Amino acid sequence: MEVKAHPLATADARVLGVTAVNRFLRSLPAGTEVNVTEVRGIHNLGVGLTNSIQINVNGNAGYYLAGLCDGPSFIVNGSVGWGVGENLMSGVVRVRGNASESAAASAHGGLVVIEGDASSRAAISLKGGTLAVAGSVGHMSAFMAQAGTLLVGGDAGDSLGDSLYEAIIYVGGKIRSLGADAQIEEMGEADVALVHQLCAATGFDHIDPNNVSKVASAKQLYNFDALKDQRY
Amino acid sequence: MCGIVGLFVLDPGLEPDLGKHFTTMLEEMTARGPDSAGLALYDRSVPAARMRWSLRSDAPETDWLGVLRVVEKGTGQPSNIEVIENIAFLIAVDDEVAVRQALATLTEEQITVVGVGHAMSLIKDIGLPRDICDRYRVPEMSGYLALGHTRMATESAITTDGAHPFSPAPDLALVHNGSFSNHASIRRSLADAGVDCLTDNDTEVAAQFIGYRMSLGDDLEEAMRHVLKEFDGFFTLVVSAERQFSVVRDAFACKPMIIAELPEYIAVASEYHALANLPGIERARVFEPQPEEIHTWTG
Repeated sequence: MEVKAHPLATADARVLGVTAVNRFLRSLPAGTEVNVTEVRGIHNLGVGLTNSIQINVNGNAGYYLAGLCDGPSFIVNGSVGWGVGENLMSGVVRVRGNASESAAASAHGGLVVIEGDASSRAAISLKGGTLAVAGSVGHMSAFMAQAGTLLVGGDAGDSLGDSLYEAIIYVGGKIRSLGADAQIEEMGEADVALVHQLCAATGFDHIDPNNVSKVASAKQLYNFDALKDQRY
Repeated sequence: MCGIVGLFVLDPGLEPDLGKHFTTMLEEMTARGPDSAGLALYDRSVPAARMRWSLRSDAPETDWLGVLRVVEKGTGQPSNIEVIENIAFLIAVDDEVAVRQALATLTEEQITVVGVGHAMSLIKDIGLPRDICDRYRVPEMSGYLALGHTRMATESAITTDGAHPFSPAPDLALVHNGSFSNHASIRRSLADAGVDCLTDNDTEVAAQFIGYRMSLGDDLEEAMRHVLKEFDGFFTLVVSAERQFSVVRDAFACKPMIIAELPEYIAVASEYHALANLPGIERARVFEPQPEEIHTWTG
């Protein structure tokens, strides 16, 4: 089927199925804006795209929305299932509703914004990307996160930041419990500036950059010195 | 993987369409469990002082009228039977022991009691969920509660007996997504207490455990709390009883579950797309049960 790209194209996911929708999205030239309708919780929508297009997802998406993407921007007018923005390389994914487990898992770059709540293991194994959640996050969030930033406007669940490496977490609300080797650290000027910048980028006006808790690795679980003087 | 769906209808107007909506939900879970499927469906058609026996025959030709006569003779009460393919629903007097004894005299028919209850019909088979629903006319069934499972076997063989739901007691059914790591030791403790499992399946151990706890006087929620205490492994469990419906996830919560609440119904599923076609879903409060949080609804 040949679909002509219009400035605002529409793809009906129920009619086309996810493979055809993704193929269509991949074919669009940079700068195109497209609406995806009748989403009904399908998995793998918009994965692996490298073109700079604007994708509006109208409805609740399933697992791995925008996973592996390197370029496009997504706005989801609904909620998403597990692994939104998994292994994201660049681009912005904004979810107006809630996200299920493992939001932005292993994201190397880009920005994932959840306007509602995110469930367990948000930002697990984060590798340089940014996850910003307006509401709360579930248990085991930022587990083994290696680099990047998790910003939580609301509360964090149990075992926040367990086995953290170099990623940094900022929490506006309460932290139910910290995971192994995670510790609260004092906010420096650079931290306040970063939170301020993230709030501006995400539109989160309910977070006071001067009144958040910073969580980082206590660096007792892995030995930084082991890599001293080594070259990669 | 495995897929779970459940639909508890609170608006009687939806009861005639329960089987139709439920079949769509179960079919949506095919990718999570394509090797076998099963369901427990509850309705109000069984007369007072009677019970429905969900039976299956593995013999090529079964004299179901003969089965009916044996049960009538054994119980001294008129009964009736509805046959669909190789399964039958026998409505007999509310005397579990007498019916079980009568059925036990049938040695050649290879009859298995899949479940029994005042409201429950229990169906399970090997194959694709949609094919199983069509084979046993599930889309035509009415009722107020249905619980279903699509299986991708990991811990025991693909057999009809290994398919879910498991029913350890009248009107009680359990489905499971996950795997238990200490089921062998709990199986032995149950055997010591006089409760025998009929299969090698890890899920059956949890079902028998809940049945055992409830026989000791636990209500459904207390029994679920004991599951959290005793069982090690990964699990999302959904249990249905005659007027109740309960969901729990283990401490890691790595097996999914999503709940939609509306005044008209409660629907649960492993993945959202199983709920996406339900009427009014856009108005529902949709949420995930938290780790070790037990959700129970009573109708």
